[in-house]
Amino acid sequence: MHVDDHTIEEMRHHIRRYLIVGGALALGTILTVWASLINFGSREINIVVALVIASAKAFLVAGFFMHLISEKKMIYAVLSFTAFFFTGLFFLTLWSMAHASIIQIR
Amino acid sequence: MEIPYAVKPRPDTGLYNAKVGIWLFLASEVMLFGALFCSYILLRVNAPEGMWPHHWLNIWLGMTNTIVLIFSSVTVVLGWASLKMGQFKKYKFYQAITMICAVAFLCIKSYEYHDKFIHYQINLKDGGIVDGHLVKSETTKDVVVVEGRRIKDIKELYNPPLDHEGEIIKIPRADIKIDPATREPMMENYGPWHNTYTGIYFTLTGLHALHVIAGCIVIFFIWGPLAKVWEKDPERYINRVEVSGLFWHFVDLVWIFLFPVLYLL
Repeated sequence: MHVDDHTIEEMRHHIRRYLIVGGALALGTILTVWASLINFGSREINIVVALVIASAKAFLVAGFFMHLISEKKMIYAVLSFTAFFFTGLFFLTLWSMAHASIIQIR
Repeated sequence: MEIPYAVKPRPDTGLYNAKVGIWLFLASEVMLFGALFCSYILLRVNAPEGMWPHHWLNIWLGMTNTIVLIFSSVTVVLGWASLKMGQFKKYKFYQAITMICAVAFLCIKSYEYHDKFIHYQINLKDGGIVDGHLVKSETTKDVVVVEGRRIKDIKELYNPPLDHEGEIIKIPRADIKIDPATREPMMENYGPWHNTYTGIYFTLTGLHALHVIAGCIVIFFIWGPLAKVWEKDPERYINRVEVSGLFWHFVDLVWIFLFPVLYLL
């Protein structure tokens, strides 16, 4: 297979980026564990901190390893629908919990 | 008749068929795991005060598995980049490491599962509870031997100290409480049937482990038996590696959320 010099140079640039992202993910994992062992005063804060770090790590994986930061419009369209239904699912869950607590109060 | 856009991208979307296919599949996977995460939230929020377990899992094993999966994601993407540069041998090397990582992940997970299956909660007739790992070699038909701790309050069971050390406890079988409903001794391991936490833990991690196995099989198939496609049609081969890689990254992405949710919070 013939590969031109431009492609090789571009891929080398990508490889450097992948290694940096990999390092950041490993660091993020250590940070998650470290943050979970800190007493922030309430467990809710620990949950928020852990989920924020996990979301940042998920962004790195999706954005760089799955190339979502430079993907085609059709993929974004598919993922927009997914995000819509995924968010809906979570709101339904929260709504059902709120509804259940109202019934308990009554 | 040849199927159009199986290798070359469609001019209007810029995508080849398999790439659209894998993203649609991943969208359905997001909903599948999303539903299970919602189940987790419902179970956790509705658990009685102080009755949701913390630190039941080994954080360091979970962290090791996270690092293993992250490392495998890096090798997957390096393998794909090597193919783009025409370096087939390097690709083979990187994907071999990916598969070793997958096996390592599954071995650690199996060890964790085994640890839960030999971990028992034993209710005693005096109202106390013994929580620990069964010492099979010393357990007889009259005495149950456990390496663990004695607990007076059930809430202690759900919030064990991080660095507790177990002691060897010998329990005469006659001291174990009998369940009035089943007439069986109240001695149960931490399998999926133990409580809602172990139920959702085994469901989520079991489904995830199945994805790791499936991903590893696909990567192996492309790496081994399908390797000859590289000679005939390199672009098609690179596409296949890219699609399998996208699936693998998704598996990594799910674990990124599973780890803090199940091990740390």
